[in-house]
Amino acid sequence: MYEFSRGPLVWIAFAVFFGGSLYRIISTIIQSKKDKVVLPYMKWKFSLRSIMHWIMPLGSVNMRMRPAFTIFSFLFHICLLATPLLTLGHVVLFKESWGFDWWTLPAGLSTVMTLFVICGGILFGLRRIADPTVRLVSSFSDFVLLAIVLGPFITGLLAYFQVFEYQTIIILHMWSGALWLCVVPFTRMVHMIMFPLTRGYMGCEFGYVRNARDW
Amino acid sequence: MREDVERVADVGLDEPIKKLTPERIEKTVNHVLDNECAARLKVYLDTCVRCGLCAEACHTYLSRDKDPMFAPVSKVKNTIWELVKRKGKVDGEFIRNMAQIAFTECGACRRCSMYCPFGIDISYLIMTARRICALLDVVPQYLQDTTNSHAATSNQMWVQQDEWIDTLQWQEEDALLEIPTARIPLEKEGADIMYSVIAPEPKILAQLLGNIAIIMRVAGLDWTMPATDGWDNSNMAMYSGDFEIMGRVERLHWETAARLKVKKIVMGECGHAFRGAVYDGPRWLGWQFPPIQMVHAIEFYYDLISTGKIKIKQKIKEHVTVQDPCNTVRGRGLGDKLRYIIDATCEKFTDMAPNQEHNYCCAAGGGVINCGPPWKRSRMISNRIKAEQIERTGADIVITPCHNCHSGIEDIIGHYKLGKHVKFISEILMETMEIPDEMRGEGA
Repeated sequence: MYEFSRGPLVWIAFAVFFGGSLYRIISTIIQSKKDKVVLPYMKWKFSLRSIMHWIMPLGSVNMRMRPAFTIFSFLFHICLLATPLLTLGHVVLFKESWGFDWWTLPAGLSTVMTLFVICGGILFGLRRIADPTVRLVSSFSDFVLLAIVLGPFITGLLAYFQVFEYQTIIILHMWSGALWLCVVPFTRMVHMIMFPLTRGYMGCEFGYVRNARDW
Repeated sequence: MREDVERVADVGLDEPIKKLTPERIEKTVNHVLDNECAARLKVYLDTCVRCGLCAEACHTYLSRDKDPMFAPVSKVKNTIWELVKRKGKVDGEFIRNMAQIAFTECGACRRCSMYCPFGIDISYLIMTARRICALLDVVPQYLQDTTNSHAATSNQMWVQQDEWIDTLQWQEEDALLEIPTARIPLEKEGADIMYSVIAPEPKILAQLLGNIAIIMRVAGLDWTMPATDGWDNSNMAMYSGDFEIMGRVERLHWETAARLKVKKIVMGECGHAFRGAVYDGPRWLGWQFPPIQMVHAIEFYYDLISTGKIKIKQKIKEHVTVQDPCNTVRGRGLGDKLRYIIDATCEKFTDMAPNQEHNYCCAAGGGVINCGPPWKRSRMISNRIKAEQIERTGADIVITPCHNCHSGIEDIIGHYKLGKHVKFISEILMETMEIPDEMRGEGA
């Protein structure tokens, strides 16, 4: 089981993640042609201008209206993406398999960031219940998705501190990580891939076509 | 829950749903979703993470004590999301509810797109809901009447050609009292400017036509208006979801300008008409951009004042504020030019907060006011925040270069007893602009 999880599963997960993401991007571009009014108005300058404003913390009016939530949300997303990429254990596996490695986070910081993701995810879940608007538009699947997002972080933390039986936990960690990667292109986690496209398009509709700001 | 939202009787909604069959609904819904929508619908549906950050953008949500039912995302949930989820298998009551949301609780002002981290065009999704309602003939009666009028007369208020010409001549006569050489030149081929207005001007606000005759004369411009249909592009069909009629209205408008061989069109103080002519119309007709340059009144008056073609004799003394219309400020970035005009013509100006692109919607535009008297109470409740915003400025006059903002804010001022007046820029110019003595004496 460990061998499968350590080998083919990773390949499958990455293949689904990258293949699925590519499929989503290409199909969106093809569909945009059918929409007719999207591509003729897309301009790099205005797309990037809008994207820059929205990936900069407090770069938009809405973010400035709720600074604490914005900073929290940015940190959550940064930790969510950076921790798995820069964790020593992961990089070592890359080194063993493919012979190259890169800079890693100190173990203490990795742990803190992982904890931040877990607590952050739980807070997002609580917000889904507490905020009447978000509750109204949320469904059970939103909570399932949140659980999938947090899965690898929880199991990763347990594995790191060797809570429960390590061998079982580490396999769970690998499977939950694989699940994480596999669901990205096919669930609302696709927002990770679509952000530059939707934001870029709106940036052009406002900036290029209408000479106005959208932040 | 939606059941708590007041159900307003409207023949245009209540009668047609009795005749709807499940088959017709399903077929129509899937036709629109499959054939008229593509990337945007799919991506927007998949990308929305249900974060609710759009809520604070919406005047109906804010005005109704943050009732979650009025958040933009909830409006999409109760319309398009459900249609997609149920693949069009919904009943007449669902369609009626969808029509109420799409036509009367959203003004398509697009403010929410500026608050969505992904820039999801929520107004586009609502317009798609309207499109489906229109194809099912479930449209508020008053709004449908304007579309019918467009279909029959090309203008939105059943103005006949002889009435149109007669009104222009009457207003020319009124203008003559001020400046004897003022004219409203009809059908002047090769003029520099075709001036476009919307049907409420000849129908109920005719003096605005007289005003423009005077302003054009003072500025010494070569202009014309058509004597035929094609003068009104206010285009309520764009908002009722009847895009075929919308396209016809816009095509006739552009063809009229082409027939008159004008260099550019100046659009009077109307936001819808500008949007229809510059964005929605050309796109429906397959043009990337309009075939002839069109400038909105804000830009036009800015040019006249900044180049000295119009001189300001005396600024108005009353305390003023300004309502930024969605279609020309959020939709064209003319906010700074608008303020230039105000500064040039008014002594005391206090801006609204929020302002410019972030201004709250007037709750009248986007076809909402055109849903007529049955919905007025709902419209007033939906814009308490605008009343509070205006009140905070302390101004006596609200200037706005948009017919919908104008009517909507007058209603709000009346309903909330704010005791203020609403004025167009042209009215401010009539009070402040210098009319040379020799011009007044010309031809006398």
